[in-house]
Amino acid sequence: MTRSNTIRIENLSIGYTGKHSVKVVSEGITDTLRSGELTCLLGENGAGKSTLLRTLAGFQPALKGDIYIMDKPLGAYREKELATVVAVVLTERTVLQNMTVAELVGLGRSPYTGFWGKLCAEDRAIVDQALELVGITTLKERLVQTLSDGERQKVMIAKALAQETPVIFLDEPTAFLDYPSKIEILHLLHRLSRETAKTIFLSTHDLELALQIADRLWLMAQGRAVVAGCPEDLTLDGTLEQFFRRKGVAFEQQTGLYRVEPEFRAKVRLEGDDTACAMVAKALRRNGILAGKDIESDTVITAGKDGYKTSKGSETATLAITISELLELSGL
Amino acid sequence: MILTAVSVLLLFFLNLLVGSVAIPAASTWKILTGATGVDPIWQNIILKSRLPQAFTALMAGAGLSVAGLQMQTVFRNPLAGPSVLGVSSGASLGVAFVVLLSGRLAGVALSSIGYMGEVAMTVAAIIGSLAVMLLIVYVSQKVKGNVTLLIIGVMIGYVATAIIGVLKFFSAEEDVRAYVVWGLGSFARVSGGQVTTFVIIMAVLLPLALLLVKTLNLLLLGDGYARNLGLNVRRARMAVIASAGVLVAIVTAYCGPITFLGLAVPHLCRGIFRTSDHRTLMPASMLAGASLALLCNLIARMPGFEGALPVNSVTALIGAPVVAVVLFKRRKEESAE
Repeated sequence: MTRSNTIRIENLSIGYTGKHSVKVVSEGITDTLRSGELTCLLGENGAGKSTLLRTLAGFQPALKGDIYIMDKPLGAYREKELATVVAVVLTERTVLQNMTVAELVGLGRSPYTGFWGKLCAEDRAIVDQALELVGITTLKERLVQTLSDGERQKVMIAKALAQETPVIFLDEPTAFLDYPSKIEILHLLHRLSRETAKTIFLSTHDLELALQIADRLWLMAQGRAVVAGCPEDLTLDGTLEQFFRRKGVAFEQQTGLYRVEPEFRAKVRLEGDDTACAMVAKALRRNGILAGKDIESDTVITAGKDGYKTSKGSETATLAITISELLELSGL
Repeated sequence: MILTAVSVLLLFFLNLLVGSVAIPAASTWKILTGATGVDPIWQNIILKSRLPQAFTALMAGAGLSVAGLQMQTVFRNPLAGPSVLGVSSGASLGVAFVVLLSGRLAGVALSSIGYMGEVAMTVAAIIGSLAVMLLIVYVSQKVKGNVTLLIIGVMIGYVATAIIGVLKFFSAEEDVRAYVVWGLGSFARVSGGQVTTFVIIMAVLLPLALLLVKTLNLLLLGDGYARNLGLNVRRARMAVIASAGVLVAIVTAYCGPITFLGLAVPHLCRGIFRTSDHRTLMPASMLAGASLALLCNLIARMPGFEGALPVNSVTALIGAPVVAVVLFKRRKEESAE
């Protein structure tokens, strides 16, 4: 699949113009987004993720710099025209009564329909196709108010697909969802970016999931320039680590994922079966003890067939059958 | 939908048939078709009283219901109605100025002038309500949130009511009485030539309101999504408010402030047709609004009441249970699903 550049951003400054002052949220953003790729925008609350998305979607003017979508400046698009280039999925919850899923997705065809907004056969085929791509064909005739949050989010994504735009922006599509639904939605978006060759750009708080599916990351923090790059590169050059580093959070270079990092009060050496050791290490870590096979310590826990043997220097060893018992015996 | 249209026709004819003077159906038909040989008194009653009244009720019901639907959609608030933006208070204020002040200033109580007084009241109501509506449209361009606009509308209503209160305090008793009678609302107040004007104005305005169906459907999704689908939200909101405002202004000017219909009919239609698509709701609201207004007028005019029953009491007394039943039934079916 050839990937073309769909969005080009040059030296962009975003923020708000007040009566007497200009509040700059972020400046000097420069990057290029390509078709068939999924970009995740990561940042804390208040870092300006929504402002950035609103600016990119044309909801508010940029303070400085240029945004080109399909090689045309964003400002040069007329409203109707922009509706065929950029689709959005927003955080605002729409309260809709008595509207079926098919009708809602059908509204995504509005930029193409005539004066009365009537769908023609082709429009209906596109709606069906959008429902199928998202995997909610069975929900077609359901009323929107009877859907779960995850299903509703999928309907809004289907609406964006029905809009047939090369670019889709999503503002925190995984907020308010339970964990399996988060994974499902992000996986769906990743698959869509590949299957439909769309440029998908989303903001999210789900760091760990984003690191796994994003083709490209944008990192945003208050008072810092936006950093853009491939997740693996950002891991290797240490950017990810320093961006979200704070007390209690550790970044693992090997996996490229963040971990909860307690302050350790003791160290334990582990021996024996690999899987069992990993679980013991995880349990101890949670309880503030650093444990591992490569750690030097007087205390040694050996994981064997009959259980977990703890030996401390010359003291007699104690034996625990389960990890729960082990934690109890070690007085945690 | 066909059923609603039929009920409009049926109720329209019932409105011609029923009244304090019993006129046989055959004679009524003769009068309508212009045949000769009918009692001229009956002819007068049908053509000068019942027919204009039926037309007025039909148009007023349709107009208020459409305005209510537009307000509920644009403010995304089920409690919004034609009166929320203070447009009908504006009309009341206009009428109050004419009725209450003229007696003080010119020395002639307007309520005693008759026909001229009626025209003056209508004109004042139109000026008052359109002034408030223009103010609201102007404000709608300045403020962003719908809720802010709604609150401002309600505030304008309070201010108008307060001014009316002050005017009442300084007015002659018979003028206050005339004002109160106007405030009760009536489809019968509009007479002869004025009816033709009213019907023509409404016949132009109602189809214009229909032009906004796609806009209203998009507004259902909320400002962000509507905008992303190519709608200029600010302009759309202004157009809808202006359309609803003018409808309410005209109806209030001719019939006085008619409550309840505009709030209830859209809910009734959503319940019956189970849709939020304005391509269905708009014509449905017009027809159902017209039916309900005709029904209320019919009841208010039943032999025995002698036209003494104010329309506003009937709209609420008849309308409230009807709407409650429809909503309850729907709630039940929904929970059974």
